[in-house]
Amino acid sequence: MKRVEILKTYKIYSGGKFPRTESGRYYLALDKKGNPIANMCMGSRKDVRNAVVSARKALGAWSGKTAFNRSQILYRIAEVLEGRKSQFVEELILQGSQKNMAIKEVEDSIDRIVYYAGWCDKFCQIGSSVNPVSSSHFNFSTYEPVGVVGLIAPQDSSLLGLVSLLMPIIAGGNTCVVLANESLPLCSITFSEVLHASDVPGGAVNIITGHISELIKPLSTHMDVNALAFSGLNELKKEIDLFSVENLKRVRSYDLNWKNTDTQGLHYITDFQEVKTTWHPIENIGGATSTY
Amino acid sequence: MTSKNKNWEYSPSLEGTGHIKLKKKYDLFINGKWVKSSSKKYFKTINPNDEKLIAEISHANQKDVDLAVNSARKAYDTVWSKMPANERGKYIYRIARIMQERAKELAVIESLDSGKPIREARDIDIPLACNHFFYYAGWADKLDYAFPNRKTKPLGVAGQIIPWNFPLLMAAWKIAPALAAGNTVVLKPAETTSLTALKLAEIIEESGLPAGVVNIITGHGDTGASIVNHPDINKIAFTGSTGVGKIIQKAIAGTDKKATLELGGKSANIIFDDAPLDQAIEGIVNGIFFNQGHVCCAGSRLFVQENIADKVIRKLKHRMKSLVVGNPLDKNTDVGAINSKEQLHIINKYIKLGKKEGAEIYQSECSIPKKGFFCPPTIFTNVAQSSIIVQEEIFGPVLTIQTFRTVDEVIQKANNTPFGLAAGVWTDKGSRIFNLTTKLKAGVVWANTYNKFDPASPFGGYKESGFGREGGMHGLSAYLKLS
Repeated sequence: MKRVEILKTYKIYSGGKFPRTESGRYYLALDKKGNPIANMCMGSRKDVRNAVVSARKALGAWSGKTAFNRSQILYRIAEVLEGRKSQFVEELILQGSQKNMAIKEVEDSIDRIVYYAGWCDKFCQIGSSVNPVSSSHFNFSTYEPVGVVGLIAPQDSSLLGLVSLLMPIIAGGNTCVVLANESLPLCSITFSEVLHASDVPGGAVNIITGHISELIKPLSTHMDVNALAFSGLNELKKEIDLFSVENLKRVRSYDLNWKNTDTQGLHYITDFQEVKTTWHPIENIGGATSTY
Repeated sequence: MTSKNKNWEYSPSLEGTGHIKLKKKYDLFINGKWVKSSSKKYFKTINPNDEKLIAEISHANQKDVDLAVNSARKAYDTVWSKMPANERGKYIYRIARIMQERAKELAVIESLDSGKPIREARDIDIPLACNHFFYYAGWADKLDYAFPNRKTKPLGVAGQIIPWNFPLLMAAWKIAPALAAGNTVVLKPAETTSLTALKLAEIIEESGLPAGVVNIITGHGDTGASIVNHPDINKIAFTGSTGVGKIIQKAIAGTDKKATLELGGKSANIIFDDAPLDQAIEGIVNGIFFNQGHVCCAGSRLFVQENIADKVIRKLKHRMKSLVVGNPLDKNTDVGAINSKEQLHIINKYIKLGKKEGAEIYQSECSIPKKGFFCPPTIFTNVAQSSIIVQEEIFGPVLTIQTFRTVDEVIQKANNTPFGLAAGVWTDKGSRIFNLTTKLKAGVVWANTYNKFDPASPFGGYKESGFGREGGMHGLSAYLKLS
């Protein structure tokens, strides 16, 4: 007799745990032909709020890690993803990808994670400056994470799109609340298991599935979210911009095909950084100088 | 030891105004020419020291804005975007040089029109404004070095709206990087302080900068709104209140207009018990009373470690007694005139509110001129984190004083505000400085100093204090499209 297969329950990822949506609602993820493939949590406004609280709490732990340590954790994400490659390929195929395309998407995702792992302890050196001010002060500018970032995952790619924006956000020390790809949601939740197994502190990344149209407002009006990222969604851009005004969120909108190799770079990290300038006097008394 | 001469009297030392050249009426500087506004309306700019009329200023309307934007667009398409970058830089150098030559005149006019002490205008505003042009001039042909692995392109036409607290300096902060990056400009100064921007227009005319590259139009909020909403503007750069910043953000929502907003603040100035106290007192005074407290990054919330609070407050009150409040043109003046009647009303409203909230007020017992708009340096003790005078930006010489015991406590309190423009830390301990400077959520942190500015140093806020940076290498990205 054929063995009865264990089906996977897809839940949300919030505060380092995998709860169901507090709303108890679900929606169906469908394959290309319209057949149901999984019951997904239909996340709610409350789920978004809980996730923001978790992300804020985790900000100290994540941004406080050394850049070198963050680099190792990102590399660890790549390692774990490499080991679970076949699971992602299967999910992508289930969601309608061709096999070779699915393999490529997972491999590209792994490589992109490794790319950003390498940036963690380097981007600051490139974008920072010691500023030669015309007074007796030591003056330097460097990057700091903007804080809690809301990410509406790219809706045209299940894994690579998510990875392409999530990695630069967390590489820079931010924490993140992700609204997953609505119609291709499987990989995002399975990816949260990869994050969970890679020493990413609980709450640093939170992933919620559900209807984007419903969740955009609670995320982009939230007063404790510092920045917002999305890709495409041109028809919603104005609405998102308006929602973001009240606490002056930094809104980053992209219109890119994340499958392209040039959709990675330093500036995706610095898009989610603040520049901080520090001044300190230099003692300049007495006439003694040395020219040697 | 207390001085026997308790009044600290100085003989007046008035800066002369005979050498300055001002017209009675100013028109708009559009396309390299002085043109009359189609509104035919003028408004008065007065001296806040004696409320006397200085000049009449044109009130630009929608048609004038169209004209200015069109000329900026034409100059961008036909001249400025085609000019070799080093040539572009040379024009900016020229502007810097002519400004330096006319620095004295600019300083006097700035002091007359804005109410700021001549000493500050002469030693800070004007030199910094000149230096800003000089600094950015050199960037014009080196942009690719600033952004490794990326291509730079100007954005196009920049609409720039600036405030009344540092009129010429803010014009320089806006125009210099915009031009260096290859953009053309429509700039509107604040209605109470148009004069130095108009003098800058004369300097630009004298420099031979191609017509339309910089257009300077004057007016009120409606003029600014027309700039923000103009469909052919690619970039909005605004310095002003957080309220107006949000209105601008709403107005450009969903468009491709890029924005930098440099908005309000309620910056913390933190004094630890090991701080060099006399220097810290100077830092507190400079932090809040510099430019009458009309400073977006003013250190308006003082946090003093509890065990030295009495001593610091006593010393501060003593220092406040020697601050000279009065005629901005007097070289002895430390605190000049409040910029406008409206602003004085706002400040007085907050002072009243502070008393009503139960805070304890102290104002320096200085003589205040009968005419003009003046406010004595004011401090409030016994305030709570939730007091409105602790939460809201007053934009005047009003300081609130709170105490703290531990480092963690003061970080929490300092960051507990929607603003995040600047902060100050006073302590002798280096490791503590860096602990605080990295944990304070503010764009600029001054350690053992306050209110220092430099063209090479990026300035700008976190959170609701706005976004984008002005100054330094980082200030260039606000005016470039990178790909």
